[in-house]
Amino acid sequence: MTLLEEAPAARNGHEPSRSRLVVVGNGMAGVRAVEEILARDGAGQFAITVFGDEPYGNYNRILLSNVLAGSDDTSEIYLNPVDWYTDNDIDLRAGVRVVRIDRFAKVVLADDGSTLHYDRLVIATGSRSFFPPMEGMWADNTTLTAGVFGFRSLDDCSGMIDYAAGKARAVVIGGGLLGLEAARGLQNRGLEVEVVHAAPTLMNAQLDDDAGAILRRSVENLGITVHTEKRTEKVLSADGAVTGIEFSDGTQVPCDMLVVSAGIRPNVGLAVRAGLTVERAIVVDDHLRSVDDENIYVVGECAQHRGQVYGLVAPLWEQATVLAEHLTGTNPKAVYQGSRMATKLKVAGVDVAAMGLKHPEHPDDEFVQFSEPRNGIYKTIVVRDGKLVGATLVGDVSKVAFLMQAFDRGLPLPEERISLMFDLGTPSVEVGAAELADDAQVCNCNGVSKAAIVSCVQGGQKTVSGVSAATRAGKGCGSCKGLLGQVVEWAAGGAVEEDASASWYVPGVPYAKPELMRLIRELELHSVSSVFAALAPEAAEDAQSKMGLASLLQMMWAEEYVEEHDARFINDRVHANIQRDGTFSVVPQMKGGVTSSEQLRKIADVADKYEVPLIKLTGGQRIDLLGIRKEDLPAVWADLDMPSGFAYGKSFRTVKTCVGTDFCRFGVGDSTALGIAIEERFKGIAGPGKMKLAVTGCPRNCAEALCKDLGVVAVEGGRWEIYVGGAAGAHVRKGDLLATVTSAAEVMTLTGRFLQYYRESANWLERTYSWVPRMGIEHLRAVVVDDSEGIAERLDAEMQKAVDAYRDPWTDGREPATPGQFRPSLPLTVLPQVPVR
Amino acid sequence: MEEVDAPVVGHLEDIPVGEGRAFAVAGDQVAVFRLRDGSLRALDAVCPHRGGPLADGLTDERVVVCPLHGYTYDLATGQEMSSGATGVCAYQVSADEGGAIRIGPRIAR
Repeated sequence: MTLLEEAPAARNGHEPSRSRLVVVGNGMAGVRAVEEILARDGAGQFAITVFGDEPYGNYNRILLSNVLAGSDDTSEIYLNPVDWYTDNDIDLRAGVRVVRIDRFAKVVLADDGSTLHYDRLVIATGSRSFFPPMEGMWADNTTLTAGVFGFRSLDDCSGMIDYAAGKARAVVIGGGLLGLEAARGLQNRGLEVEVVHAAPTLMNAQLDDDAGAILRRSVENLGITVHTEKRTEKVLSADGAVTGIEFSDGTQVPCDMLVVSAGIRPNVGLAVRAGLTVERAIVVDDHLRSVDDENIYVVGECAQHRGQVYGLVAPLWEQATVLAEHLTGTNPKAVYQGSRMATKLKVAGVDVAAMGLKHPEHPDDEFVQFSEPRNGIYKTIVVRDGKLVGATLVGDVSKVAFLMQAFDRGLPLPEERISLMFDLGTPSVEVGAAELADDAQVCNCNGVSKAAIVSCVQGGQKTVSGVSAATRAGKGCGSCKGLLGQVVEWAAGGAVEEDASASWYVPGVPYAKPELMRLIRELELHSVSSVFAALAPEAAEDAQSKMGLASLLQMMWAEEYVEEHDARFINDRVHANIQRDGTFSVVPQMKGGVTSSEQLRKIADVADKYEVPLIKLTGGQRIDLLGIRKEDLPAVWADLDMPSGFAYGKSFRTVKTCVGTDFCRFGVGDSTALGIAIEERFKGIAGPGKMKLAVTGCPRNCAEALCKDLGVVAVEGGRWEIYVGGAAGAHVRKGDLLATVTSAAEVMTLTGRFLQYYRESANWLERTYSWVPRMGIEHLRAVVVDDSEGIAERLDAEMQKAVDAYRDPWTDGREPATPGQFRPSLPLTVLPQVPVR
Repeated sequence: MEEVDAPVVGHLEDIPVGEGRAFAVAGDQVAVFRLRDGSLRALDAVCPHRGGPLADGLTDERVVVCPLHGYTYDLATGQEMSSGATGVCAYQVSADEGGAIRIGPRIAR
């Protein structure tokens, strides 16, 4: 006697447009799907009924372990209390189990005898605990032996809490996530807990053997005993209640209660009986519909999509969204393409995050592994084609936010892969864009916040360079460019447009450096204006490109370069460094930082004569005269009668040295002499970026050679170590060891060759600290030291040409190169604006 | 550009091709730029951002870039191009056959 409880026609008679949607399953997946449907105005299309076999509203199953541990009350874990269903006009049948689906009549039958017609059906029956076959586990066909529990539902959880009162020992079968959570929860309730795991590795679904071993140590340190590779054969009991377990090897573990958490099985019986295709779970298409019935959708742990069954909450949310878009017709083309599996959790008090691959799979995959068992820390990263494809973190998950983003969205990764795992002193580049506060300052030079960048992207700017131009972010020291790229990427939700000009050497000439150099050489373009005329779109000049081109041409042509002053930045026009008030700083050459009383006297006289407001020692061991008026520059140089120290250009700057062997009682190499020789040879050489060098006389490294573009360290035995790509400015990086050589002459040769290779292949304004990791130290060593490409001789010759072309720019002062070269530009009546100290 | 009727402030020879030089005009400081096509442009000499000397900036046929922080001004209108910051005034400017430079009134934006 099945009566249609409510004839659909009757109800639909009032609202002809509303059809009936029945949801079987009141868990997280089913209700999330309903929420998504409501969010798409589904209430206007559907009268919704939800069946749930648990007599409650909808709760957060993930928090059951907190309830067990006593940190959450059951009332705190409800997502949707019963009122929510009423408020949303949803007919909730809590505690009512659907027992059959009649697909042909489009009717569901429930265990309370009711029947209900549906137009659309959502199956969200989830899964249940799996109980492996074990003697003594069951009291009868449906009842577990007293003291034996699954760990799946609120009832399981309450049952365990009640039973645990006054008990002393518990065993948990299953060393996966839930098993460990149960163990920790019961331990919190005062029980002594042992975990039994059949596999050799805890949480083997997510973790590799090393990570599992570290997790095991951490769990054991909490006082939980762990048995691995143990198969439980029997549940022992006395008077109908559990008393222990017995392994296949005959050993026994006594206990007062037993929790079985040996995996889950999707609830698919209903679907099987309805004739739907079921493999590991109910097979669905990309719209989350059963492959057999277009009126039946399936979501959550009972759905199998492209061979995958998901047991985590994030994929379930994605599924619910697609389902709702398709079901409500708001986006009939919505498709689910599977989820990347990433999870971050606290397992028994230990932070664990896992995503994607556990191990490299292809020969080219990069694998970075860090293990510190004593502190319970383990990290691995798998990178393929420059994208993160897997990561495991145990014990320290501080980098997880960025890693998850990089994993989900394929973000560009820092060249130094290790910085994916640790903060290496580089300012916040690895901080995930998502976790940054809105008011966090991304560009510390120009004070641009994350919110400003996000609003610029939302305003339609979809390229990094476009955002940079519009907000000025990244236009200062440039150290925030990585973070800026991430924030733009994040704000654009992956819709960042590739910036065609990003690969060009300068923005106004559409060629990358090698092609640009080839054309310049082929067309014999010796001046900046000739490059624009021949190679720029519509032969248009571009102010932003001039400086880079001038430097490139000077590098390529040396003596043959045709100087055009208007292509030079003001610093290079007047051979001094412009200051905030329009005055200039003057740094005389002081090779290796060595000076004399005669030089000091001259400098002091100049400072007096020109009323120099500030005399300052620089980081590169030079003396800086600040606040010199432009019109005084030629006279200052003439009075100094010292060559330029080149403290103003994208060029070879300084060689910092220590005292070396002459006086220092520790020195093992004459660093001062070598430093002076290097500076003498390479002074003023132009390049794509500044070149700051150092030579230090022993490994104490007083000249800080390890963080220079090129640093030389004397070591015992008459040898010199050459480090390259170091930095200690906006970016901090220890240089990579290029070579260890036995003579100063070799240092000179390799220095020249390295600098020439840098000059030829680095991008404009790309310092060696970016260029060296980009090229790879092995490659640089091969080219510069081992001459793997057969270009060493040419590099040496090119550098020699540059050295030969050197002339001291301060001789310009005696005869201005252009009319009014040293004429003040501001203010016309000179008013000192920087306070005199 | 039409001939400006104003006192002579300087001479074409004072300004190298492609560069700018600053002149004082009735209490104002004006940067005059001599473009590579031979024409002249004139803007306020002081960058409104932090007081940078625009006459020392790099130029092309359209813009001048302030040497201090890279703010970029349209040579014809004075509009700030890089991020829409405050612009500067543009002035009429011309040189006669003898190369005498005259700076005229502000060009209304």
